[in-house]
Amino acid sequence: MRTKTIRDLLATQPVLAGLDDGDLDLMAGCAHNEVLEAGVFIAREGEPADRFFVVRAGRVGLEIHAPTGPLVIETLGDGDLVGWSWIVPPHRWVYDVEVLERAHVVAIDAACLRDKCEADPAFGYRVMKRFAQVVAERLQATRLRLLDLYGTGDDG
Amino acid sequence: MTGEDGGVATVDDRARSPAGPMVPVRYRVTDRCVETADTVTLELAPVDEPVQDPAPGQFSMLYAFGAGEVPISISGCPTAQHGPRHTIRAVGATTRALCRLEPGSMVGVRGPFGAGWPVSIAEGADVLVVGGGIGLAPLRPVVHEVLAQRERFGRVGVLVGARTPADVLYPAELERWRSEAGFHVDVTVDVAARGWRGHVGLVTSLLDRLPIRRDRTTAFLCGPEIMMRIVAQDLIDSGTDPARILVSLERNMHCAVRLCGHCQLGPMFVCADGPVISWARAAPLLAVRRW
Repeated sequence: MRTKTIRDLLATQPVLAGLDDGDLDLMAGCAHNEVLEAGVFIAREGEPADRFFVVRAGRVGLEIHAPTGPLVIETLGDGDLVGWSWIVPPHRWVYDVEVLERAHVVAIDAACLRDKCEADPAFGYRVMKRFAQVVAERLQATRLRLLDLYGTGDDG
Repeated sequence: MTGEDGGVATVDDRARSPAGPMVPVRYRVTDRCVETADTVTLELAPVDEPVQDPAPGQFSMLYAFGAGEVPISISGCPTAQHGPRHTIRAVGATTRALCRLEPGSMVGVRGPFGAGWPVSIAEGADVLVVGGGIGLAPLRPVVHEVLAQRERFGRVGVLVGARTPADVLYPAELERWRSEAGFHVDVTVDVAARGWRGHVGLVTSLLDRLPIRRDRTTAFLCGPEIMMRIVAQDLIDSGTDPARILVSLERNMHCAVRLCGHCQLGPMFVCADGPVISWARAAPLLAVRRW
């Protein structure tokens, strides 16, 4: 049985659908596999966003510090992209990211991929479209949560 | 009785209550279970001749003497071990009064009213239950019914959305369901303190990971209308028949017998024609903007 390459793994991720074979080769050239244990922080608020992740299996939590202590504001799991700060200046993480359940991820070097995006604007545009889709979905989900759907109305 | 939109049951008004649908029957609170900081479940036993046994998805008008009357969904149908149960969230004067009732207290009951969940139409198919906030309460009897006839149903997905982990209803029961063969139970909250090992995010974020066959699924949804809308749309986009997506609507029910008109939604009275209707029927009604 042939061992799956990083490129094979990236090709199976729905979140990267729309990238062609050449695009995946370019991305795979900046990527490597990692296994992350629960409790490990893979990003800290304010630190350079020098990589991002595609979660193959497992779960991570995005956390923010509040006066009452750290709050988990989103969890991401199988097939999710973790991190888009790498693509937007000033390239710093906005949240802490903690591994909640042992995770198998593809970690992608942000500087490497940014350079490839700059060198090949068509490739960069396709990557940007994928990330714009993810950002748009998360913005929409955030707006819905801002409605406090499960909150109490004032009724009977 | 089969309804026009695919099997939604209806009940004859006159059969429900011995003294007629407008006269409360006295019940005594036999058990009070504190579910969350603002939500309790009351188990009742009749003092007078009882009302008709409710079906999953129906509601009662509960009368807190001296405070008022409100519609409350059945969260547990009567069994040999339990009387009818209602899960109540304290959001106003009457519900606060109901939530304060202790065992031995008296409450008035009218009902049961409305069309319930047509659980039988899911036989032979997968079942998806999505409850948001207090919306899990009317869905609990659906799961009970599926469990009671487990061999008749395929895979079962139960998704629960809540504000915080402390607001999740029936956590012990969710754990029991999780251990059932073929059951997949997931909980997501809007925000959590560190240490919460469940999901944080919209309930739709859990749908893609659910091992149910969308084109062979009957879905039962109850919760905020916006939540039901986005879940229904997600299901339709991936192949679920809108007629097999059932939603429970919440409107301002007062009389509960289609007289007062407070709960009118287009051509229907939610108290009698609902609260459970198919998404195929609900979607055009809910799409009407009110200016």
